[in-house]
Amino acid sequence: MNLQDERLEIAGRSFRSRLIVGTGKYRDNPTMVRAIEASGAEMVTVAVRRVDLDRTKEEGVLFHLDPARIFLLPNTAGCYTAEDAVRYARLGRAAGLNDWVKLEVIGDQRTLLPDVIATLEAAKVLVAEGFRVLAYTNEDVVTALRLEDAGCAAVMPLASPIGSGLGLVNPYFVREIKTRLSCPVIVDAGVGTASDACLTMEQGVDGILMNTAIAEARQPERMAHAMRLAVEAGRHAFLSGRMPRREVAVPSSPSAGMLD
Amino acid sequence: MPSMMEGMRVTVNGAAREVPAGLSVAGLLRELGLQPGLVVVEHNREILERSRVGETGVHDGDVFEIVHFVGGG
Repeated sequence: MNLQDERLEIAGRSFRSRLIVGTGKYRDNPTMVRAIEASGAEMVTVAVRRVDLDRTKEEGVLFHLDPARIFLLPNTAGCYTAEDAVRYARLGRAAGLNDWVKLEVIGDQRTLLPDVIATLEAAKVLVAEGFRVLAYTNEDVVTALRLEDAGCAAVMPLASPIGSGLGLVNPYFVREIKTRLSCPVIVDAGVGTASDACLTMEQGVDGILMNTAIAEARQPERMAHAMRLAVEAGRHAFLSGRMPRREVAVPSSPSAGMLD
Repeated sequence: MPSMMEGMRVTVNGAAREVPAGLSVAGLLRELGLQPGLVVVEHNREILERSRVGETGVHDGDVFEIVHFVGGG
């Protein structure tokens, strides 16, 4: 039996790994590089920020990641308006690596939940400008459908708030989004540990994007390895088709042939 | 070296800065110790293509944002 999985296809690019990782919050760059290696991820997210002119020795992330080996996905993290998100996306594209963007427009500081109206607005502008838009959104099915209609290359509902590590709070709606959309569905944000990643993949989604769960683990490299295994385990569990849940026990050994 | 009288005041990443007159954007990046290939320049809210940093002049009152990729999720 061939146990291989098909590749993850987004906007005409294909990836062997269904795990996408962020590059933020690591204690140092060597730790980040080792964690990315251990995760097996072929795509990582990066943020666009001002160069720090006072500390001229400060290095951008490109000093540590080779864009020829790993696909860099610029994000619009930290943007609170559609206009800002479009501005950051254009700056990311001008770096000359690719025309992809992880679109994120935040609507609330406490929960970092997305402003879905602004996200949709920005998505339309960016798609019209030729961007491949991977849109971070909440687990609302209607918004996910609208983002797909707007031409997003992938829709990325959250598992739970960014950096919360609360895991998949709404498996039902995430499953519904996956059922209803034809574009790839990548769960982005909220995964805290390997079981969260596994459970998320068991819903049938195409992949997971995570950052904090790995970066804030005591041993990021080991957690990255765990996440790699969990994403693969969850994916194969989904593909294999789980047994039905039953409210009563069913013996695994034959009831026939018992002694008198 | 041009004298201070000939200098221009520009804003780079939110901070005012005095630069010599007649500078190109490529020259500005050099002054700041930055490699053009590793940053993106926004000049008065317009993105400046890398191929144009040499030919584009810096003018008094210009506003620059110079960005790069940093770690993020």
